[in-house]
Amino acid sequence: MSGDPAVELLFWEGCPSHPEALEGLRRILREEGVGTAVELVEVTSDEQARRERFPGSPTIRIDGEDIVPPGEGDPFSLTCRVYRTRDGRYSPLPDPEDVRAAVRRAA
Amino acid sequence: MTAIGDRAPSFTLPDTDGHDHSLETPAVVVFTCNHCPYALAWHERIASAARDYPDVRFYAINPNDAERYPRDSLEAMRERVASEDWTMPYLRDDSQDVARAFGAKTTPDIFVLDADGLLRYRGAPDADHLDPSLDASWLREALDCLRASEDVTRPETDPVGCSIKWKR
Repeated sequence: MSGDPAVELLFWEGCPSHPEALEGLRRILREEGVGTAVELVEVTSDEQARRERFPGSPTIRIDGEDIVPPGEGDPFSLTCRVYRTRDGRYSPLPDPEDVRAAVRRAA
Repeated sequence: MTAIGDRAPSFTLPDTDGHDHSLETPAVVVFTCNHCPYALAWHERIASAARDYPDVRFYAINPNDAERYPRDSLEAMRERVASEDWTMPYLRDDSQDVARAFGAKTTPDIFVLDADGLLRYRGAPDADHLDPSLDASWLREALDCLRASEDVTRPETDPVGCSIKWKR
């Protein structure tokens, strides 16, 4: 599909959540009929984290937009990212419904 | 590095008010922090276990390099304790010596010590940080075994979480 969005998953190897994030992202793309491949971007230094505006691992961007925009003043560094699920719990992964909503907006 | 059956290292560390706490056993020593989503996701389950086992001392220890991770600074720890219901002292391991002596790897990383100070369980609170219904079942299982003076049935699991942020 030529109109498929560009999907990136930025990750830092020091945080163990990215394989699960990638698996969930691919599943949602499949379920939503989006055929685009996920581009994996490994962030390996704080300098690269600042350059990439990487607020933590994992970060998912669709067409360049973070699916969960970081807060104002959140630092860019090699860290595990803290998400909140829709029912308010802390999680190392974005809520799957937030991922799905972002995919639907872009597709 | 402390292995199952070893005597755990003693420590004295300051809490967020500057009061020193020395290890007393039986105890649960939890290496944890503010910035890690795994530590945050599991925190309430561990706090709940601390409420349910008043005969066991619980210690939360933050060993992370606060210079690189400002969300783990003493000030940030203090703010968290002030705004949440903490059931255990939140201690600062600024030198990282205690984390090193225990061989802690992640936040969280849990060490259960019996009345003699011997390590009886080490690892994760339960099998899934995303499932609050598990309620720190591995930790509780170890504490129940201690209470019953039995061998811990599952003495070791893989700690899961963010790597400890060692000073460079």
